[in-house]
Amino acid sequence: MHELSLAGGIVRLVEDAQARDHFKRVSHLRLEAGALAGVEVRALRFALDAVSPGTCLEGAQIDIDEPAGTAWCMRCATSVSIASRTDPCPSCGGHQIQPTGGTELRVLDLLVHDD
Amino acid sequence: MCVVCGCANPTATPAEQAHVAVNPSTGDLHYGAGAARVSVPGMSQARAIKLEADVLGENKRIAEANRAHFASHGVTAYNLVSSPGSGKTTLLCATIEHLKRHAPALPLAVIEGDQQTSNDADRIRATGASAIQVNTGKGCHLDAQMVADAFGRLDLHGHSHAHEHGHADHAPDHHHAESLLFIENVGNLVCPAMWDLGEAAKIAILSVTEGEDKPLKYPDMFAAATLMVLNKTDLLPYLDFDVPKCIEYARRVNPGIEVLLVSAKTGAGLDAWVEWLLHPQD
Repeated sequence: MHELSLAGGIVRLVEDAQARDHFKRVSHLRLEAGALAGVEVRALRFALDAVSPGTCLEGAQIDIDEPAGTAWCMRCATSVSIASRTDPCPSCGGHQIQPTGGTELRVLDLLVHDD
Repeated sequence: MCVVCGCANPTATPAEQAHVAVNPSTGDLHYGAGAARVSVPGMSQARAIKLEADVLGENKRIAEANRAHFASHGVTAYNLVSSPGSGKTTLLCATIEHLKRHAPALPLAVIEGDQQTSNDADRIRATGASAIQVNTGKGCHLDAQMVADAFGRLDLHGHSHAHEHGHADHAPDHHHAESLLFIENVGNLVCPAMWDLGEAAKIAILSVTEGEDKPLKYPDMFAAATLMVLNKTDLLPYLDFDVPKCIEYARRVNPGIEVLLVSAKTGAGLDAWVEWLLHPQD
């Protein structure tokens, strides 16, 4: 359940932004959790619900983009799309692939209010 | 509206709302298999703030500081990860005894991560090596700050200070470890994969009493590891564990992963293991 730590990290990033930009509350928060980021989105939502009360994130609508995983296939020398780290290359069926995208968990942007 | 994700799908069954993919033949549940869920925030007088910040950025920053700190003290740090019961602590004790015989001057220390108890640190201290227990409480992994705090309390820290001052012109790009720090992570093949601690390498330990398909079941961990150590090989004659299959599975998720076979109990394979530890790959 590392999603709870990650949710804590998200709240911290938002509170850091609040300290810089002096807003009262957040109405929308947009996150990106790549398919290969090692994050269970359902658990992350559960954790965010648990940690946001009492913070400026309380009541915010949270949208989570889930970009697909991309990888470089060494045999095909081309970029391919994969859904998990155990997937083979969809072209050659080999496993000589290195993930290149969809590996990140990021806070993209937020909509904030001063009232 | 779906209470789980906010999607507007009032006709969805509870399972669909929760984005559970159900295998019709077995009834197995697969969470997180749904299509990307994206929605556009509505119009408002609100201000938009773009952050594009890595949620693990703060941990990465501390991990990089740890890495620089270790390098300045000539410390090579390894992050040992596995499921509970793979024999990490037994392997560490055997490794320390082996090093005492073959490299007695080599300073080493251990940071032990568990949710509770100091049992593991006590076992390490019984070998004569210094150890710090980090109890994470409810936490399922060590983070870079915990390691930074623990490292500051280790003998290795003070010792290497003296070393550093005596060899101020020592090139940092050596290929031989001057001192070793073992970080035994919380027994968990999922969460520790994401947290960089500032280590030179993550080492995944898998005992042959577990299934050979663990690398496929927990791909993030084996993808993050530089080395896979198959432990308890003395038990292979009594098990159906397929070593080549296990290595093949590990290389499916990480084509570059190195593999060593050891038995902490009999000492088989320890020479090669210690050689690997003392000559970290760049």
